[in-house]
Amino acid sequence: MTGFRATFGHMKQAGDFSGLPLAVPYAKFLGISLAVQDGRVITSMAYADKLIGNTALPALHGGTIAALLELAALFQIAYEIETEAMPKTITITIDYMRSGAARDTHARAWATRIGRRVANVRAEAWQDDPSKPIAAANANFLLA
Amino acid sequence: MTDDDKFQRMIRSQKFLDRIPHMSAIGLQLVDFAPGAVTVRLPYSLDLVGNPDTGVLAGGAISAVLDNVCGSAVVARVEKSAAFATLDLRIDYMRPAEPGRDVFAFAECYKLTRLIAFVRGFAYHDDTAKPIANATATFMFTGQGKLAQATDP
Repeated sequence: MTGFRATFGHMKQAGDFSGLPLAVPYAKFLGISLAVQDGRVITSMAYADKLIGNTALPALHGGTIAALLELAALFQIAYEIETEAMPKTITITIDYMRSGAARDTHARAWATRIGRRVANVRAEAWQDDPSKPIAAANANFLLA
Repeated sequence: MTDDDKFQRMIRSQKFLDRIPHMSAIGLQLVDFAPGAVTVRLPYSLDLVGNPDTGVLAGGAISAVLDNVCGSAVVARVEKSAAFATLDLRIDYMRPAEPGRDVFAFAECYKLTRLIAFVRGFAYHDDTAKPIANATATFMFTGQGKLAQATDP
């Protein structure tokens, strides 16, 4: 079992994901935190100036939203299953619906199918209202 | 120097990336700016690691770079200040980036319409025949005049 799996598994058991940035440096860089609501992981990205892509609007960089969606999908799989290795992204497609304002962003994901080798996941990101997503993603992960 | 001249000069310089806070934060460097095609370099950084056991960069970091270089390719194609937003972005990951190595990313805007720009790109270390990830993106012009004079059909 890798350090990530061990750490994430431990956090899952304790129900406390505050140690996540220690397990994933890039999650710390993006200001990511996790919470669990009704068996679903809510992945949040705390606003910081370094996440901005367009200073005139201002708007979050689309890449940060892509990264948030990918992490949300990854964490939801890791929450639902036990695997030896960290799932690997095969492909992800992001649709951008609204520009991301300069504030906190949240994401949640649904595993539409988890097979032996591949997991298909859909993820959505929003800011104020979960029913008005700013972006959505479809991603496939390799599990083994 | 006219505003247009200033814009032309800016987009060919490192300032083009430095004025984007998130690209400045990850240290993205402009390598080449050609008509409709841009190459950038992402210096390896421990901050961007997705798996601390292996030191491999997070897929999200590669996605952010590809998103940006694809947008830059649109600017390189229209060669003027134009407002546009990403409609969609697809990333396929072929192999993990190798720990400790810089990642290069190239994108070209291969088709423009009045409203939409079509872009393809990829990320690699030093051999473009061994891509780390492939990207396909579409962008929509959002400015008032759209892209009136840059239309091909």
